Order: sequence, then C-alpha cells, then structure tokens
Amino acid sequence: MNPSQDSIYLDHAATTAVDPRVLETMLPYLSSVCGNPSSIHGTGQAARRAMENARASVAEILGAHPDEVVFTSCGTESDNLALRGALYAAPSGRNQIITSQIEHHAILNTGEQLQQMGYEVTYLPVDRYGMVDPDDVAAAITERTALISIMYANNEVGTVQPLPEIGRIARDHGIPLHTDAVQAPGGLDLNVDRLQVDMLSISGHKFYAPKGVGALYIRRGTPIAASQTGGAQERHMRAGTENVPGIIALAKALELVESARPSESIRQRTLSQRLQEGLLAAIPHAFLAGHPTQRLPNNTNIVFEGIVGEAVVSRLDLAGIASSSGSACAAGEEGESPVMRAMGLDEQLGQGSVRLTVGRENTSGDIEQVIGVLPGIIQSLRELSPVPLGESSI
Amino acid sequence: MYDDPLVDHFVNPRNVGTLQHPDGYAQEGSIECGDMMEMFIMVDGDTITDVKYRTFGCASAIASSSMASELIKGHSLAEAEAITKDTIADALGGLSPAKMHCSVMAVDALRGALADYRNKQARPAGER
Repeated sequence: MNPSQDSIYLDHAATTAVDPRVLETMLPYLSSVCGNPSSIHGTGQAARRAMENARASVAEILGAHPDEVVFTSCGTESDNLALRGALYAAPSGRNQIITSQIEHHAILNTGEQLQQMGYEVTYLPVDRYGMVDPDDVAAAITERTALISIMYANNEVGTVQPLPEIGRIARDHGIPLHTDAVQAPGGLDLNVDRLQVDMLSISGHKFYAPKGVGALYIRRGTPIAASQTGGAQERHMRAGTENVPGIIALAKALELVESARPSESIRQRTLSQRLQEGLLAAIPHAFLAGHPTQRLPNNTNIVFEGIVGEAVVSRLDLAGIASSSGSACAAGEEGESPVMRAMGLDEQLGQGSVRLTVGRENTSGDIEQVIGVLPGIIQSLRELSPVPLGESSI
Repeated sequence: MYDDPLVDHFVNPRNVGTLQHPDGYAQEGSIECGDMMEMFIMVDGDTITDVKYRTFGCASAIASSSMASELIKGHSLAEAEAITKDTIADALGGLSPAKMHCSVMAVDALRGALADYRNKQARPAGER
C-alpha cells in the first residue's frame, strides 16, 4: 500500500530523510574527494583529513577524545562491537553481560547468540513504564561481569533510562557501561561524562544522515577487542575501508541536530504532547505506553485495546500517514514485542500499540490531521473485533 | 472504492457482525498470535443464507475474513466446502507467504462453522 501525495511521515524512530544540508556537505566525497584514507597520495590524504575532522567534531559533541570514536556501518554494528568486543577482551573468568529486557534486537539477539556460545547474559526486568531500576543492576553484578549494557532511550516506547545512576554503580564495581543511544541524538544530552558511560552507540540514519553509517564511542582504557578484523583502520578497532561520505554526513548531521536540540527538542515534545492529549481525549480504552515524563521528546506510543496495531498502521498508511507498531502479524513471529511483554502488558494489549515519532519537518498541522483521522480508524477496527473492551487491566 | 481487492476488503469489510442463534459457529486463531476470528453462519436447506464474522488481526486477516464471507454467502454448502486458502488468497489478488496464514485462518473458521452446523444437524431435534 502506498501513501497518497500529501503524506505525513511520523516514523522517525525507524529512519529519517537525509537533511539537504547534510547531502550538500557529503556530495564532494562521492565525487571529487574520493580517495581511500589509507592511501599515502594527495587524493587519499584529502579524504583522511576530512574524515579526521569529522571524527573530531563527533568527539566534541560527545565530550570525548577523537581517538575514542570508532566509525561503523550502523547502530547494530556498534552494539555488536561493544558486546562482543568487551567479552573477547575481558579477563579470564569474566564472561557475563548484564543488560535489560527492553533492549533493541541488536542487543537482545546478540545476547542470545552469545548465550549459545557459552557466555552468561542477564536480562534485567523493567517496571510498567519500561524503566530499569539501578538497584537491580547492582544486585546482578558478579565477579564474572564483563560489561553492563543498558539502552539510553527505548525505540518503541521512548522511556529514558537513569544512565548517570547506573553509570555510578558500574564505576563503583569497575565494570564498563555501554549504552545503545541510537534514539537519543537531537533529543537528549550525549555527553559521555554526564551520562557516566564507557561506550555509546549511534546510528546516522536516525538523525538525518544516510543509512549505512554509525559510530561507537569507546572510553580510553576500556578493555575491548575488534570484532571485525582485517586492515588497520579505526586504530585496529574496525577493519574495512571507511565510509568517508557517510562519515562526513554523520558528523554534519550530528552537528545540526545537536545545535538545534535546545529549541527543537521542546518543539517536538510540544507536538508529541498535543498528539497524546488529542488522541487520548478522543479515544477510550487507550493509554500512553512508556514513562509519562522520562521519555524521548519525539515519541508517542499509544496502546489501543481490542485491535491489532498493524491494522491501524495500514489504515493510517492509506490515509497518507506513516507510523509503526510493535505488533507482529506474520508467520513465525509471536504477537507481542519483548518490550511490551517486559512492561507487563497482556498479549492482547501488547499488540495494540501504535508508535508515532515526530521529526524536524513535522508541524502542528500534521498532528491535528492525525487527531482528526485516527479515532475513526480505531472505531471501525473495534466494530469488527471480537475482543470485548474494558476487560484488560489498563 | 479501491481497485485492489485486498485494500477494499480491509477498508470496507463485508458482513461484519454476529448472529444470535447461528446454525454454525467457529472460532479460529489466537490473540497471542495476533490473529483471531469468529464466524457465524445461517443455513437453509443446502444454502448458506447469512454469514457474519468478527476479526482481531492485521489488514490481510480482516480482508481474508471478509472475502471468505463473501465467497460463501448465498452459496451451497458444497461450494463452501470447496473453498481453500488459495481461493481466498487469489480472490484478494494474492497474499505474500508471510500473510498466507491469514487466509488459512479464514478457511479454518469457515470449515469449522460448517462442521459445527453438521454436528448440530446430527443431534436429535430436541437437543439442537
């Protein structure tokens, strides 16, 4: 199904369009400045200089040293490097990772594979808002712990974790803390000292850079081994010819969202709040999933009793509105997402979620349009549903 | 109106509802899997005179239910028996492999309702 001409994009948590200023900055690196940074001639060194400038820029925004920034292909690769790299380099006997039940699949599925390989992975529970309790982190630490990995902000429900508190606990025990911060740029502070983290993953296509580039911050002194081996690139931390155009784009995009963040995060939060209020006022048997206040400025996730979220996404798509859902109606996939299950939502409710995430181009007109059409969509889907309303504990 | 039958049956599903005293009834699927459907039929002689259903599911599940109801309403029991998951999928213009289970659910519900009707017929009149 294709959206109509006047379409409204509200799935920024999935991906974003490349900012025209980012595209412009990046283009020369797809044409004239095309050298391999590892080449010793002028063409290569021009590319290297540009790449190192980009690295310095990213480092400055994170409050880090340039040599602490490793460029990757995406957030998933950064997460894989953090987990596998920490385990491979850990002192003998340290084979446990502590993480949470609401992580992105990049962490959850990597954890599962690591378990099959014989490593120990502890998945901490969360409360009904998707929040990790720092006391649970402390209680889970053993003499075998090599790494703690807790995502900064959840991609489905937007809940923001208390990283500084968790970081202090990790510090007290001498254990590195990694965070999947893929949803954070543009909405939240990224300073690694304020966050008390030792590693941090970001992904370009979530903040108006192209798909195919990401980064992992690794604090000096963190025990880590490369997981992608080959050439000497990225100080032997991530072999492979660098995606120079992507790296230039990522750095520019990060600069842009970070400088806009003070005003833009407020603007986006205002839009999100209006969307949430408008929808909850118009639609009964529905509630906001995730934490009410400690949440990403751009995230709205509403659970609608009695219907499957995916059907709502399809109807919205037909109305020219792009959204997403945690529900999975496909052979081989069980309905409720791990995040919904971890927050204690029953199977029926867990499948009724619809996620709407705003971005830099959304306006209040977009929000009013969604408020205008969504109640009718929910009403018509409920009319054909056998699920009685008001029986699930909301 | 939508050209695409799948979209049409999703946005304007036919025969939605329930029947108080159905001649045949079945429920298929499960909420856990995100696909659940109940179907009600009325039968007069050899003909399915009325069909109603309700569905908890995605676009393909809703469209499959609607198409199944349309394919059997006003038709004979034998014609209804002959309907397969492919009949429904083809009538919708095709379903992807990942969504074929939606037409399977609709066929199972329709066959279940027919079987329920036959079971009721097999009981002595006072017990129906």
